[in-house]
This record gives sequence, structure tokens and C-alpha cells, in this order.
Amino acid sequence: MMLPRRALAALAATLPLRPARSDMAGPARIVSVGGAVTETVFALGAGARVVATDSTSLFPAAARALPKVGYFRALAPEGLLSLGADLILLSSDAGPPQAIEVLRAAGAPLHVVPEAQDGPGIARRVRDVAAALGLDGAPLAGAVLDDWRALDAPVAALPPVRAIFVLSAARGAPLVAGGRTHADAMLRTAGAVNVVRGFDGYRPLSAEAAAALAPEAAVMMAHVIEEAGGPDALLRLPAFAVTPLARSRRVVGMDGSYLLGFGPRAAHARRDLARLLHPGATLPDLPARAWT
Amino acid sequence: MSASLAAPLPRERRALALLPLGLLVLAGAMLAGVLLGPARISAAGLFATLADALGLAPLPAEHARDAAVLGVVRAPRVLMAALIGAGLGAAGAAMQGLFRNPLADPGLIGVSAGAALAAVAAIVLGGSLFGAAAGLVGLWLLPLAAFAGGLLATLLMARLGTVGGVASVATLLLAGVAVNALAGALTGVLVFMADDRQVRDITFWTLGSLAGARWAQLPVVLALVGVPLLLLCALARPLNALLLGEAEAFHLGVRVEAVKRLAVVLAAVAVAAGVAFTGLIGFVGLVVPHLVRLGFGADHRLVLPGAALLGGALLVLADLAARSLAAPAELPVGVVTALLGAPFFLWLLRRRGAGA
Repeated sequence: MMLPRRALAALAATLPLRPARSDMAGPARIVSVGGAVTETVFALGAGARVVATDSTSLFPAAARALPKVGYFRALAPEGLLSLGADLILLSSDAGPPQAIEVLRAAGAPLHVVPEAQDGPGIARRVRDVAAALGLDGAPLAGAVLDDWRALDAPVAALPPVRAIFVLSAARGAPLVAGGRTHADAMLRTAGAVNVVRGFDGYRPLSAEAAAALAPEAAVMMAHVIEEAGGPDALLRLPAFAVTPLARSRRVVGMDGSYLLGFGPRAAHARRDLARLLHPGATLPDLPARAWT
Repeated sequence: MSASLAAPLPRERRALALLPLGLLVLAGAMLAGVLLGPARISAAGLFATLADALGLAPLPAEHARDAAVLGVVRAPRVLMAALIGAGLGAAGAAMQGLFRNPLADPGLIGVSAGAALAAVAAIVLGGSLFGAAAGLVGLWLLPLAAFAGGLLATLLMARLGTVGGVASVATLLLAGVAVNALAGALTGVLVFMADDRQVRDITFWTLGSLAGARWAQLPVVLALVGVPLLLLCALARPLNALLLGEAEAFHLGVRVEAVKRLAVVLAAVAVAAGVAFTGLIGFVGLVVPHLVRLGFGADHRLVLPGAALLGGALLVLADLAARSLAAPAELPVGVVTALLGAPFFLWLLRRRGAGA
């Protein structure tokens, strides 16, 4: 049945105006590059609009199942363009710069998301991503910041633990985190001091140096502990056998993207790490959040 | 006059066909490289882009993406691949001729190791030297460093390999081995200093990629790869004479030392300029000259241009595969060329073993 156009227009005018639903506005096909960026997009409720992610986007499970554009430092200009996205969110570390330059020249809808290593930074990033998606980021940003700040005073009251972060220990000297790493930032915000000083990034640690640093606790990604044969095997390594670790036996394992991602789950990761590093300490329970 | 002299021998007849055939293969590869890839281009988009490029009709907005993929991403990439592959092929052919060794490749003269050392230095130290601007500087800093590093390593090798004004092939080879070892060790020191992310960047650089190809780089590549390429082809006759031995070449009137030095420098410039923009791309310089020799004989007048044309075609096709096979991600192109090249290399070794 065909209605005259005029009749259709009249009919439309009688309908109540649809409320401007914020999640219907903005880009419809999103490529998200970077683990924390992807977590933020999904926490904002826009996960269904994501068509592809990079190989470091491991959470939530739905993000892991999407097509992968490769490692975020080795992006493919044509591959990204082939997805027909109307928004490509890039972590500030995405690269290589030459490929980003090609994408820019080709008029790709790029948006570079700022880096974050603390609560206020994460809140800023949430608002930035939300604005790019045409969403209101204030609720999520506020919740993350509230959770983060709720831990500030209790963590500051804890006696700092001398800790190291071990990236890998399966073969050779263990690779530990120095300054300017996410691991270093996470240790400091969870009531620990990173005993490794004097270099940035990850370096192998000799047994002598480990003995001098005298860490009481070692933080690792859970799968790394497994690959190394469990905590007992780890503590037998020369670099750890000579440290207070051998007596305290405090080897803490957490999921890598949860611990180091500095995404919307970071406040919860901070609380979990602080609890593991300070057994028996009282830390506030954070509200259960949909995105954790 | 006997019939056998009047009618060209089969190999000679094939030789006549080499250049047109090579041009045809290269043109076909380049056409495929521009038209194919993970981003589907509609026929309408292609014609709209062509019409726009020829100034016939303005580009309709709905074909803007097709035009960007064709004009901004693929066209410079295919041209770069063709030029750089041609440079690698011709440089490899010249080095195999010069060293009279079928296993020679441009890596032998230290150019790849030197470029890698300098590129790794740019990756690891660029950030601390240039701070926040390193990202921007990086667009040209890394290529510039890699080019200079490759060239310096080759000059060092040529200097060390020359004793009393004579660069004997054996001394040059040993000097090349030493320069490679030294550059490798210094690269190791830098890798030790690098952080986790830089190590990843280094890994990807050593596997090669044309993902960063842009129009702005093409004039540079055209000058620094194209010119040495043509000059190398002009060295075909002296290189042919050298195949007989250095003393024989000298008696044929070839200025042996000058030719050797020139060939090494030209090969180094062509390879260093390519490597500077793409990272290390293996096996093109090794395999392609052999393919040409197997089909058309060892005459450098054929091997040099043939290796250039085929090298260009191979790298264009390898890059097409690199772009397409893992889409929307991308394989490193050095991996693709090595996957094609390594089995061929092994077959070559076994064939040589059986013949000896």
C-alpha cells in the first residue's frame, strides 16, 4: 500500500519526537587500537560499534573475538582503510609514524587518545574517547575517579613494600621493570616502592644487583609465573634466592592487561594489588562496576 | 654461412626476449599491485579516480575512499616497491658478478648491517636526543640514519679490504665479514639499552615493510636507487670481463680496481636508499639474479637489467601478498620474500652440492 508523500509527512508530524539517544549518535563503525582504548570504548557501552581491534586488545572477551589489525606498533594503512570505519581510535603509542602519516594523508578518520597512568589521567581519557564517540563520558569518568580516589588515603597509610615487577623469568636473567613503565606506576600507586632504579623500561637483572636491591615482594603477570614453573621454581632462580623474597615468598600474580592496562578497571586492579602486597591490611571495598 | 649461425641459438633468442618480457612482468605486477589488495575498489571508483587524476571530471564524494586507497596508499607503495626491488636485484647481480660467488648478496658488503645499526640507534636514541619531536623527526631521521649507516659501513669495508691500493676479493669478503660482525655487536649493545617497545620496533624494522611509502619519499628513492641502478647496468661489460678473472680482465683493458670500487659503491647506495625507507628485505638480491641466470645465461648485459626488472616485480608482488594475506593486519614484506627465497636458496645449495 502506498501512502501519498504528504500523508506520510503529516503522519510523521503527529509522532512524538524520539529522544536523542546518545548511543545512536556518532560513528557507527569503530576500529579501536590499544588495550586501554578498547576497554574504555566497551566500558562506555559502545562495544557493539567496534568492528576491529589490535592484538593488544585482550579485554573484554568480545573485543578479543573481533578481527585484528595486527600489533599496534606495526599498523597496516590499507588494512585499516579496508574496514570502512568512520572512526579509528589510536592509542598515543600507535605506529609506525610513517604508516600513521599515510593514513592521515588518505583522510582516514583518526583520533589519537591521550596516555594515562593515574586516576585523573584515566578519567580524562574516558571523557576524550566518549567525546569522539558522541557519548557522555561523565558518569564513567566520575565513577573511575571516585574509585581511584577512595584508595588514595588508605594506600598512603600503608607501610611501603620493597617490590620489583618481573616481566619474564623463564630463561636467563629475569627481566624487571625500571622507571617510566606502567608496572612502575602501578607499584607506586599500590603502596610499594619499585626498588629497581637507574634505568627506564625493562632490563635483565643480575643476581648481584638483585641481592643489593633486596626486594620483599615480586609482582608478575599470572601466566608468566605459570610458564616459569610456579612460585617455587621462581624463588630458586639465583636472582631471587639471594633476596628477602626467598623468605617472604611473596610472589604476586595478576592478569597482565588488568594490572598494567590503566583502563577503566585500573582502580580495582590497584586495590587488588595493594591487598596482595599488604596481606592483612584493611582497604575499602570498591563498588562492583559493570566494566570490571 | 651455416644455418646455425644465421638462426639465433635458442638461448640467444630467449635473451632477446628478456627485456620486453621483464618489462611486461613488471608492468603486470605493478598493475596488480595498484588494483588488488584488502581494500576493495569498485570499477566506478577506479574510473572516477582516473578521471579525476586526468582532470576530466571532479571526484564524486562517494569515491573519495577509493581514490585515497589508489592514489595515497597504493600508487606510491607500488612505485617504491618496484624501484627498491629493482635496486636490490641489480645490486645482488653486481655483487655476485664482482665476487664471482653465487651466494653473494648485498649484505656481504656490510650495507644491510650498517643500515640496521644506524636505524636501531635512531629507534633507541632518537627519543632521548629529540624528545617529544622524535615522532616527527622519526619520519626522516630513521631513513637518513639508515642510509648513512649503510653507506659508511660499506666504505669502511672497502677501506679495510684494500691493501696497497689493491682490493682483492678474498680480503674484501673478510673485511665484509668483520664489518658485519662489528655492526651486529654494536646493534646488540643498542638492543640491550632498548626498552621493551623499542625492541619490538627494531624487530619489525628488520623484517621490512612498505607500509610507510609516501609520494614525498619517491623523488629521493628515484634519485638514490634509480641512478645507481642505471650506472650498474652500464658496468655490464667490465663485470663480464671480471668473470674470466682479474688478470684476464686487466689484459682486456678493464680498469679492475676502479670497476670494483664503483660497483661496490653503486650497489651500496641503491641498497642503502631502499633499506632506509623499508627496513631489511632479504633474498631479493640473492635469488632474483639466479633466476635470470638460470633462464638467460650469465651475460651481465642481460643479468643486470633482468634482475632489476624481475626484482621490482617480485617485491611488488611480495608486498601485495604482505598486504592481503593477513588483512586487516599486514605481514612484514621481508618475511614474504624470505618465504619465497629460502626454499629456492636451499634448492640452489642442493643442486650445487650434487654438481660438485
